[in-house]
Amino acid sequence: MDFDFSPEQYTLRDEARRFLEAQCPTTHVREFIDDPTGWSSALWKQMADLGWMGLPFPEDVGGLGQSFLDLVLLLGELGRAVAPVPFLSSVAQAGQVVLRHGSDEQRKRWLPGIASGERIATLAVAEAAGSYDDDGIACRFEGGRLTGEKRYVLDAPIADLFVVAARDGDDGARWFVVEDGADVKAQKSYDLTRPIGLVTFDGVPASPLEAAGLDPGLRIATAALTAEMVGTASKILDLSVSYAKEREQFGRPIGSFQAIKHKCAEMLTDLESSRSAAFYACWAVATDAEDAPLAVAVAKSYCSDALARLGGEGVQVHGGIAFTWEHDMHLFLKRIKTAEALFGDAAEHRERIAQLAGL
Amino acid sequence: MDLSQSPSEQAFRAEVREWVSKNLPDGWGTPAFKEPRSFEERVAFSKEWEAKLAKDGWVGIHWPKEYGGRGATYMEQIIFHEEMARARAPQLFINFVGTNLAGPTIMAHGTEEQKQRYLPPILSMEEVWCQGFSEPNAGSDLANVQTRAEDRGDHFVVNGQKIWTSFAHVADWCLLLCRTDTTVAKHKGLSYLLVDMKLPGIDPRPLKQVTGDAEFNEVFFTDCVVPKEYLLGEMNMGWTYANTTLSHERGPAFLGHQIRFRNVLRDLFEAARSTVRDGVPVSEHPAFRQKLAGAYAELEIMRYIGLRNITSILKHGRPGTEGSVAKLYWSHMVRRMQELALSVGGPAGALDGEDAMGRGQWQRGYLMSFAQTIAAGSSEIQKNIISERVLGMPRGETWAPREKAAKP
Repeated sequence: MDFDFSPEQYTLRDEARRFLEAQCPTTHVREFIDDPTGWSSALWKQMADLGWMGLPFPEDVGGLGQSFLDLVLLLGELGRAVAPVPFLSSVAQAGQVVLRHGSDEQRKRWLPGIASGERIATLAVAEAAGSYDDDGIACRFEGGRLTGEKRYVLDAPIADLFVVAARDGDDGARWFVVEDGADVKAQKSYDLTRPIGLVTFDGVPASPLEAAGLDPGLRIATAALTAEMVGTASKILDLSVSYAKEREQFGRPIGSFQAIKHKCAEMLTDLESSRSAAFYACWAVATDAEDAPLAVAVAKSYCSDALARLGGEGVQVHGGIAFTWEHDMHLFLKRIKTAEALFGDAAEHRERIAQLAGL
Repeated sequence: MDLSQSPSEQAFRAEVREWVSKNLPDGWGTPAFKEPRSFEERVAFSKEWEAKLAKDGWVGIHWPKEYGGRGATYMEQIIFHEEMARARAPQLFINFVGTNLAGPTIMAHGTEEQKQRYLPPILSMEEVWCQGFSEPNAGSDLANVQTRAEDRGDHFVVNGQKIWTSFAHVADWCLLLCRTDTTVAKHKGLSYLLVDMKLPGIDPRPLKQVTGDAEFNEVFFTDCVVPKEYLLGEMNMGWTYANTTLSHERGPAFLGHQIRFRNVLRDLFEAARSTVRDGVPVSEHPAFRQKLAGAYAELEIMRYIGLRNITSILKHGRPGTEGSVAKLYWSHMVRRMQELALSVGGPAGALDGEDAMGRGQWQRGYLMSFAQTIAAGSSEIQKNIISERVLGMPRGETWAPREKAAKP
């Protein structure tokens, strides 16, 4: 029985934290927050030099031959730093979908660019229906061409490869890759630290990935998001606890009052239970465990609720200071609130649980 | 990460599974089986069941072989609890205090003579133990125990009152935490006495609880003369020893508990399918469907927390951060689940007993769920411990000695 990460995986986490604290402080993050297409290409290049983008891909496509599990703690660190880079979308989501659904030939065509960081890929799933279920997908593929409108596409304004959920005839939805011809409209994201967009495909050339269906790809993408959310939430808790230790009122630190201490203990409980759920979901998708569908729905529904609650309490512990633009708390809070809504919110995943549990 | 089981673990699981399937009371788990309800019925039932367990060596499996246990590994203990829960086998009741609290404490701190005298009759079910800890003014503040044991040379004279003492009126022995020095800081003047419940001056009185049952007792000690040889270990070391006792309250049974809660949730799902509200089964009613699925998610997460906790104990010998929040997490999870269960029936939730949904099991379950957030360190105490020990937040009001308080 070993439900924990390896020493090597922890070492990578520690290195990533040191690197991001030095190279991606919030002063760096703030350089991009006024531009809806802003992102740190400089940080991305440094990450590519460290080989991070290649981690979860096989060596024959230019990767380092590690697994999705090697990404989990790294995603947490990037979430902790609200790093303005498309690592989640390109490496942990779109890249994983191509890896799991693509043929050998398709992998060799698209993964080397993703694994080197030269190419930025992203998943386009949700549409006007607002759901991440097969039923919510109307985008169509006919005669080699794809037509439809995709919403809430993370990093869309900076992506050059779209992995799109669409349907071919009467079959269920599956993945298609679009290299050229996507019409991207950058939108203002609630999360200031990464771009988002509306993407229209108007009869553009597309290639269906070999393996039909949206899963396991969509499940992996969702699990990856929970791993990132846990990292952002851990930063919110750390900020809140340190502030409560320093800030004095009535002649003593507010962190000595049970009203504040108990709130922080509840935040830690939300964090650790969410972390357990996210780790289990990541383990389940990485190993194709039988209960992977359930584990992902459990993790996303729970993390969405619990970590958004944690974020709100983080603001409350800080009081008025966290209500200012100048304070960093809103960067983390908005990241969490955005993640809560994407890739299926709590209600959508709970409905999935109800079905899986035979209700 | 590797959640697979070793061949020896699988073999052990098969052994437990086979034993329990062959030995459960006839008809157990079927609607026709009349489960014991009153305290007296439960005592009679569990004496028989636990004797059966004891006969085949399934009581105190975590005890070392030299004291009659199996010396079961941590994983084997977990598997044992899981399999018992999976079969919905009765939980250890009458012999719980002896095997899980008194036994391990005596093993850790007793003299060799005391170990020889007290340990074997626990496993053989010849002697039943109760735990004399809480008092009317020593609940969360356990170190405030006021029951006095006055040193009179070759004996102590005990005066005071204990409360929440399970099994006191049927127990042969009491693991009694009492004050032996009133001149020092409160946690420094405590000692443990092993008290024969047949001594004159001990008066256990059943305490009727919110469910209407009487599982607990108040115990009054009036000039009770306790021989010196009943002192456990050294004088005034009671607080240290108490921490040994409390550290055995939780642990390898965690995943087994999760399975027992899953059994409850399964029953609840069944009730939701068979109860109609607004013209649809509750299981399809949108408001309830979300809540039921939410309860399912929370219960799954209890298992994941357990897996992390076990891994940490196996790897580092102690629970990680997830362990410190585990009790707070699952106790409130159970409260929410039982609240939901009571609400499923709508107005039917107004009934109790035979006429009620599930013959009153949800009404009783709801009330019993408060035990989880109050007993074994209330949620408020848990939050103090978590915020100070894990998050390193400053202490405000003094509530317990920093170094010596019960571990989470």
